[in-house]
Amino acid sequence: MGTAMGEETFSCPMSREAVVDTYFIEHRAKLIDLAAFLDRVDRARSEKDGEDFRLTAMKRAIAVLLDNQPHRARRILDIFSDHTTELPQTAAGMKGAAGAARV
Amino acid sequence: MQYIDPHIHMVSRTTDDYQRMAQAGCVAVTEPAFWAGFDRSSPQGFYDYFRQLTEFEPRRAASYGIRHFTWLCINPKEADDPAFAREVIELIPSFLDRPNVLGIGEIGLNKNTKNELIILEEQIALASKYNQLILVHTPHLEDKLKGTRLIMDAIKRNGNIDPGRVLIDHVEEHTVQEVLDRGYWAGMTLYPDSKCTPQRAADIIEMYGSERIWINSAGDWGHSDPLAVPKARLEMTRRGHNRATIEKISFENPRTFLSQCDKFRI
Ligand SMILES: [Zn+2]
Repeated sequence: MGTAMGEETFSCPMSREAVVDTYFIEHRAKLIDLAAFLDRVDRARSEKDGEDFRLTAMKRAIAVLLDNQPHRARRILDIFSDHTTELPQTAAGMKGAAGAARV
Repeated sequence: MQYIDPHIHMVSRTTDDYQRMAQAGCVAVTEPAFWAGFDRSSPQGFYDYFRQLTEFEPRRAASYGIRHFTWLCINPKEADDPAFAREVIELIPSFLDRPNVLGIGEIGLNKNTKNELIILEEQIALASKYNQLILVHTPHLEDKLKGTRLIMDAIKRNGNIDPGRVLIDHVEEHTVQEVLDRGYWAGMTLYPDSKCTPQRAADIIEMYGSERIWINSAGDWGHSDPLAVPKARLEMTRRGHNRATIEKISFENPRTFLSQCDKFRI
């Protein structure tokens, strides 16, 4: 048990060049999908005031991608997580998970 | 190479899936009791489901050379009504000595409610009373972090459960470390749209190691992939991981954990 190895410990057996060769196109496509999604949101008329809490969380998450610190996936999952401690009595009338905590 | 898919809902899958899994090297599956996609209208519905899991499904698997084991419980999504849930829990002891029953699962939380937590605690007590292994379902998406902690706290409060006999499933990057640090086993679920991809599962192995961790497909009635485990093995092979590590997370680790129940034989 103990601490996680950081990305900096070279725990991936591939070379950095091989990682880029193998995965770049796949993740380039996902990035363009994300950009197109945000464009689509902008092109759609809003029926409510203010930004949807999921988009707000997503924009905070996107900032993590460029901060050059390790464990981006874990930190993005943390951003989307419910950090409250109180418990409702019942799930009756509750909606399913939204993907980001309501704030 | 042989593999075990330790979490898959075969009652929702076709014989074609059994065939393809067998061809890909699957030698055993374990199937936790879970939500059918709709709420059952009576405890009798669960009784019939438990019979399906303990009588019919093992025979279906056997015709493809796959050993079928199961876990029984009322799943968290249907456990929000405590009175109803208790009627279902009363049915479970009479099934525990069936030859393919490994323990209680997949118990846990869905929306992290007080009602769900009450029934979770009662099912942890049931596992403790009958000395059963436990397979834990953790909530999805934004509810996972809070739910995973609540579940681990509830198991600890019982005071009688060895964490080495509990598998906490559906871990992701934000929960895996805490699960392992507290002495539990961790399961990574390879799901197309949520939970983990084969790539991220390989990343997690690289960052957190291969001790007390396994991979599963959690294939079910929704968008899921019964061949997710062999796909993750392929992903690790492609990255240059050695055969021993790949076998450890997809065969040896499940075998080690599950063999804590004498009924598990492959
Ligand atoms: Zn499941």
